[in-house]
Amino acid sequence: MNPTPSQTVGPFYGYALPFPGGGDVALGGIVLHGYVYDGAGEPVPDALLETWQPTPGGPLPGSMRRDPVTGAIAGRHGVDFTGWGRVSTDASGRWVLRTADTGLPYISICVFARGLGHHLYTRAYLRDEVDARIPPGRRSTVLAAEERPGVYRFDIRLQGEGETVFLEFG
Amino acid sequence: MTQERISAQIAELHEAYLREGLTRHHSARDFAPYRSSALRHPKQPLVTLDDPEAAELTGPVFGVSDVTALDNDLTRQHVGEPLGERITVTGRVLDRAGRPVRGQLVEVWQANASGRYAHQRDDHPAPLDPNFTGVGRCLTDDEGRYAFTTIKPGAYPWRNHRNAWRPAHIHFSLFGTAFAQRLVTQMYFPNDPLFPFDPIYNAVLDPKARERLIASYDHDLSVPEWSLGYRWDIVLDGPSAGLFEQEEHE
Ligand SMILES: [Fe+2]
Repeated sequence: MNPTPSQTVGPFYGYALPFPGGGDVALGGIVLHGYVYDGAGEPVPDALLETWQPTPGGPLPGSMRRDPVTGAIAGRHGVDFTGWGRVSTDASGRWVLRTADTGLPYISICVFARGLGHHLYTRAYLRDEVDARIPPGRRSTVLAAEERPGVYRFDIRLQGEGETVFLEFG
Repeated sequence: MTQERISAQIAELHEAYLREGLTRHHSARDFAPYRSSALRHPKQPLVTLDDPEAAELTGPVFGVSDVTALDNDLTRQHVGEPLGERITVTGRVLDRAGRPVRGQLVEVWQANASGRYAHQRDDHPAPLDPNFTGVGRCLTDDEGRYAFTTIKPGAYPWRNHRNAWRPAHIHFSLFGTAFAQRLVTQMYFPNDPLFPFDPIYNAVLDPKARERLIASYDHDLSVPEWSLGYRWDIVLDGPSAGLFEQEEHE
């Protein structure tokens, strides 16, 4: 069957998709953080990032049940690893994810933004085990830098100098 | 930038697509008439990974406790009733093999009947509706079916060019069984006169693919004395769990 086309997430998803604790996949683990930049090197203040880390046997379903009083997501309490994160960039283009190192060399990232008609996939590699199909000259764009133990920096450049490698899956 | 110039660019790019003769289903990331795409699309080709162990071939699984029963009725989230034309929107979520996507999360957001989002940065001078937020969620059932009750959103202006107006639409976010099947898109209403003018709708270069973004009015879904019914089926792209195995067996 022919697929339904993608369309941009637009500028107004902010009150619909992000939720409190969306960047807290696991507490007491690692921090992955960085900026999203456009082709002029300007920060992208309205990007939405989703992350995915499967674990053997699959992570516990990331319950999205909303607490009727606080609006918080009851199933995301930082005790059970949910594997899936959703964070938006702030006015300076910055995002932060708190998660666990599951042993897999990378964290999968899906990028949505106003101006982007079809989301983009990339990977933040925590270790230098980058997939051989990624051209050697561009590998550094998917390698997160360990700034200090457990804190990784990963910037995403949508276009231009140092453009991040984006992926598709065959 | 005038509408005339934008419309000419759209026509040029659509013609170039047809001349090229390849089928592309999704919005072009590089689509000049949608001006904010200019600096936000990669210029390098995507790298294709065909690793059967790729994490992206699995995905988050949501559970029945994840949404509350009323999350899919956008007309009942406040004390009063929202203004506008009450509608129901329903359809099935399928993978490319036509198999239903079961028990997965569907999220929607939209403007109110006046074309205004309940979002701080929407400064369109149309009234907010204190009885309408415009956010809903549901899980698909065993046949992959989703359903929302809402009000028909209004068209709204934006600043892409002079006199730019978006056709009425509902934003959809969908999960398949694999992270690689993720989809964010927009559903439109039949016969909208704004279609030819809109750079976002027309960023889908393929004319048949554009039609797949439009719901159909379904009189059998309309509820007497209550609401008008629209049907919109969604097919997720990308490799889904079990698809490779199935192809091997065939
Ligand atoms: Fe919109």
